[in-house]
Amino acid sequence: MTIPAGSLLVAQDLRKAYGPTTALDGAEFSIHPGEVVAVMGPSGSGKSTLLHCLAGIVMPDSGSITYAGREVTAMSDAERSALRRSEFGFVFQFGQLVPELTCVENVALPLRLNGSSRKEAERTALAWMERLEVDDLRKKRPGEVSGGQGQRVAVARSLVTNPRVVFADEPTGALDSFNGERVMELLTDAARSANAAVVLVTHEARVAAYSDREIVVRDGRSRDMERVI
Amino acid sequence: MSVRQWSRDLAMGARFALAGGREGWTRSLLTAVGVGLGVALLLLTTAIPNALAERDRREEARSDHTFGQQEIPKADDTLIVVDADTTFRDTDVRGRLLEAEGPRAPLPPGVAEFPAAGEMVVSPALKELLASDEGTLLRERLDYRVSGTIGEQGLVGSQELAYFAGGKGLAKVLEGPASGARIDHFGNDDLGSSDPWDPVLLLLVLVVFVVLLMPVAVFIAAAVRFGGERRDRRLAALRLVGSDSRMTRRIAAGEALAGSVLGLVLGTGFFLLGRELAASAQVFHVSVFPSYLNPSPVLAVLVALAVPAAAVLVTILALRGVVIEPLGVVRTAKPSRRRLWWRLLLPLGGIALLYPMIGQGDDGGNFNQYLVVGGVMLLLVGVTALLPWVVETVVARLGSGGVAWQLAVRRLQLSSGAAARMVNGIAVAVAGAIALQMLFAGVDGTYTKASQYDVSRAQMSVDVPDGANASAIIGKYRDTEGVRKITALSDAYLHDRRSEDSYAQITVADCASLREVATLPSCRDGDVFAAKGSEYDSEGDHLARPGTVLWAEPEDDAAHSGDRPVSWTVPQDIRPAQSREDPTGYERGGILVTPGALPEKLAAVTSARLFLSLDLSVPDAYDHVRNTAARLDPAVQPMTWSSIDSNDRYAAIRTGLSVGSACVLALIGASLLVSQLEQLRERRKLLSALVAFGTRRRTLGLSVLWQTAIPIGLGLLLAAAVGVALGAVLLRMTDTSVRVDWPSVLSMTGIGAGVVLVVTLLSLPPLLKLMRPEGLRTE
Amino acid sequence: MSIGHTLLGLLESGPRHGYDLKRAFDEKFGHDRPLHYGQVYSTMSRLLKNGLVEVDGIEAGGGPERKRYAITEAGITDVARWLATPEKPEPYLQSTLYTKVVLALLTHRDAGDILDTQRSEHLRSMRILTDRKRKGDLADQLICDHALFHLEADLRWLELTAARLDKLREAVTR
Repeated sequence: MTIPAGSLLVAQDLRKAYGPTTALDGAEFSIHPGEVVAVMGPSGSGKSTLLHCLAGIVMPDSGSITYAGREVTAMSDAERSALRRSEFGFVFQFGQLVPELTCVENVALPLRLNGSSRKEAERTALAWMERLEVDDLRKKRPGEVSGGQGQRVAVARSLVTNPRVVFADEPTGALDSFNGERVMELLTDAARSANAAVVLVTHEARVAAYSDREIVVRDGRSRDMERVI
Repeated sequence: MSVRQWSRDLAMGARFALAGGREGWTRSLLTAVGVGLGVALLLLTTAIPNALAERDRREEARSDHTFGQQEIPKADDTLIVVDADTTFRDTDVRGRLLEAEGPRAPLPPGVAEFPAAGEMVVSPALKELLASDEGTLLRERLDYRVSGTIGEQGLVGSQELAYFAGGKGLAKVLEGPASGARIDHFGNDDLGSSDPWDPVLLLLVLVVFVVLLMPVAVFIAAAVRFGGERRDRRLAALRLVGSDSRMTRRIAAGEALAGSVLGLVLGTGFFLLGRELAASAQVFHVSVFPSYLNPSPVLAVLVALAVPAAAVLVTILALRGVVIEPLGVVRTAKPSRRRLWWRLLLPLGGIALLYPMIGQGDDGGNFNQYLVVGGVMLLLVGVTALLPWVVETVVARLGSGGVAWQLAVRRLQLSSGAAARMVNGIAVAVAGAIALQMLFAGVDGTYTKASQYDVSRAQMSVDVPDGANASAIIGKYRDTEGVRKITALSDAYLHDRRSEDSYAQITVADCASLREVATLPSCRDGDVFAAKGSEYDSEGDHLARPGTVLWAEPEDDAAHSGDRPVSWTVPQDIRPAQSREDPTGYERGGILVTPGALPEKLAAVTSARLFLSLDLSVPDAYDHVRNTAARLDPAVQPMTWSSIDSNDRYAAIRTGLSVGSACVLALIGASLLVSQLEQLRERRKLLSALVAFGTRRRTLGLSVLWQTAIPIGLGLLLAAAVGVALGAVLLRMTDTSVRVDWPSVLSMTGIGAGVVLVVTLLSLPPLLKLMRPEGLRTE
Repeated sequence: MSIGHTLLGLLESGPRHGYDLKRAFDEKFGHDRPLHYGQVYSTMSRLLKNGLVEVDGIEAGGGPERKRYAITEAGITDVARWLATPEKPEPYLQSTLYTKVVLALLTHRDAGDILDTQRSEHLRSMRILTDRKRKGDLADQLICDHALFHLEADLRWLELTAARLDKLREAVTR
């Protein structure tokens, strides 16, 4: 595969097995700054594993991942954690908000992990919550808000550190289509205006329609549909 | 609500507990092991009064002679018994010399046949000791051939050291100073005369029971709640298929019931196992036979009924604040703020119960047992009542900190009750142990102070029998290994001619020994001194004048016996000397005489006592001396001065108590670990998500540590406060000056803190495992 | 879509000129395909012949035919009947896509490729619709959603077929 010029995050020939099951079998990926790429494919095809590898959460068995010219697979666990803290944002399907913290504290959490003071972190967090129209929930705990609201809080949290890549794994999976699309709209709008790239794992076409292009993962192999046509 | 419905729901819960797959089983097993350990401890404690009573009965049955017993004539059913007790290291050995005077002489309990002269029957423990390398010194002392063993009937404990040796000519020994008697049966006729318990001792025993049992009760309460969160989810599923909320509660109670009944079975097993082990153990020189440890049936039935009942009750109470909806579990959103006043009532009530008894211990007044138990229990229960309030109040005020701190504090704020419950057991155990150690330390301190023996000058004393060759005996002791110095003092009381009321103490000793009782300006053999400055002996002053004639016996007695009275004239060159305390702490007056100044016939009426200074760096110095004494006369036992001993005993008690408390704490620590792991598993997905967005593992580990450390820290502070307060009250009750035993406060809180650290460390590997990204995968 | 019934329905709120009718139709329903005036004219004369509308008046001057139409009682009944009659669900039993997939399997071509390509094509349309939806008003959103849901339905079918390609291959090549 030829690496498209100006790529922010590039993965080549990724292989990963969990015991006897092969999750990735030579997958490729690339994304530009500000681009939204949907990762599609049937369940069990290795979509999530690809996302985990790209984000440096899971180490591939072989292959290379380059982020902004740095080889992610050569980094130590601590370096990858630091990278995730400062350069990446994450939205998952559910179960990601800390139930004891209020919503604003949840959004501020990544900033605080990066060493910001509590006051400053919560101010920035509140600004993002306003942007995602959930600032009225700041004093509430995740257990007291609806699924759609909680997911917007999660989106706010994924963007609060001004990440260069947001990884979203089925971010609307637990929502109805109305709330799901609203979350996608807010996520892609905010990401585009911040020039952040979004890696969006989904099996729903209407969610994928918010992307700029899609790649399809099947049996651990990826297909970049833009370059095929 | 019908009984049938109740039993049906309970039975269904029990089925869930036993047949609920691997998860159900683990949960039930955890509960059962927890309850089982508690039950075993309960049974053991209920068995202790029985065991002590059984010991008393056996002791009574084998008792041979008492002071003031009527003398009986020799007959064919009489037996002569002479005490030959000895001490090996710090263990007492019960010894008796026996000589049957006829074919119908009574056999002691547990002995099949009288040992012939030069033979002995021994207890199994003594037999083992004699056969071992350790017993070499004792073997020398008990120089008899072992001809048999004493059966259980004749012993008060499995580890008791005892022997019966056959003797010859013991009737003559009886005439000497040896303690013994001619008897025609064993056993005390006078059964009603058992001594009432020393009130302070009784207090100690009561407090020990309450202090050890309270945490067990708290622990059982915690054990039936193991795995509660998963259970709640299962109950929610039951609601979904149509059971109402009362039914689900009863089903939950049924699960707890099954676990606790299983626990009863396990507990009985643990108890039986522990009973066998108890045979090989001895605590403070007290050992028992397994057969002694029979819990009284009433108490056993009480335990068997109370434990399952408590399990059901605790479950139902615990579910009170939980609403189980078909689609999940809702903990009542914001429980009303905890109130302080009724929580304070408990410990204050406890103090109020104990307060009237302050100062009763010393004048021998008895403590009201119910008030003591009630008061101590209320104080300790007060800890469990106060702790949730303290945790809630403090945690609500905790400010900002790092992310780890914030995560922990927020979690505690949301569920301060659960956190407090988690550490209740530890707090109660620590509070009780602190109070108990203070009490031990205080009471023991007074006992030690009562001894005035100056153990820095001599560590043993031994009497020289009248008429024995003192200098030969002294020589034997001087040659004994480990003896550094011997102070030999011979005493006699010489009378004025006129009456026996007027007498002077004469102390005969060489110059070196005399210097132990008085400050002498100079001394040569042949010198005589008048001891001055004693507060006891004013009479001696006027008799200790030159030329006074003193008599060994008053004139009347001498006339009676027909012997020529022995007299001694106080020499002209008597000099004054300042008296000083002898090694026993006694400041003597009278006349101090060197051997050269005393006529030989007078020397015969003196009785000598030797004070032995030992070189304690020589191993078993005490036992070398005892061996020499036994060689000289088996009926004479040297006295070991005990101030060091007593300190040792306190150390042993403290160690024992610490070990006991540590065991209870370890038990509680185990339950802490279980609930900790359960909580972590609940949060697996969240933990993975947190790691995904770059949370350091250290941060999460620290937050787990804070989450346990904050409530435990508060719990330990409260425990220390309550423990010290209880200890102070108990000390005041025994009329002992209140002194906080800081080492024990620190060691107990230290052990408590150690438990937390260990629990956190043990929960780290699973935590790290849970933080792996696999947790992110949707199932 | 029945243009006649739609125009009739628009007349229910009051008489209109033919030109007004066209404008109203285009505004509300004709986003993709505006009506030709001739279409309006022919439809209105059919309705006039059937007695469903009547001429309310003719404006002088301006265009060649400035007739004002009004709905009749029969017309109102007809609209009510039309609205009450459910539309027949379109079964799409013979789709080109199915034919393509089976042909690919029969000729040993990669049917998965066909599906991926088709999905990509569908997504391209969906992106355009989604974009329009985001920029448009509520009416735009509803119309785009309708189309999006249909496209999504196709895609769902595609995914299902993809998941069952192996079985299908067995069935068709036997």
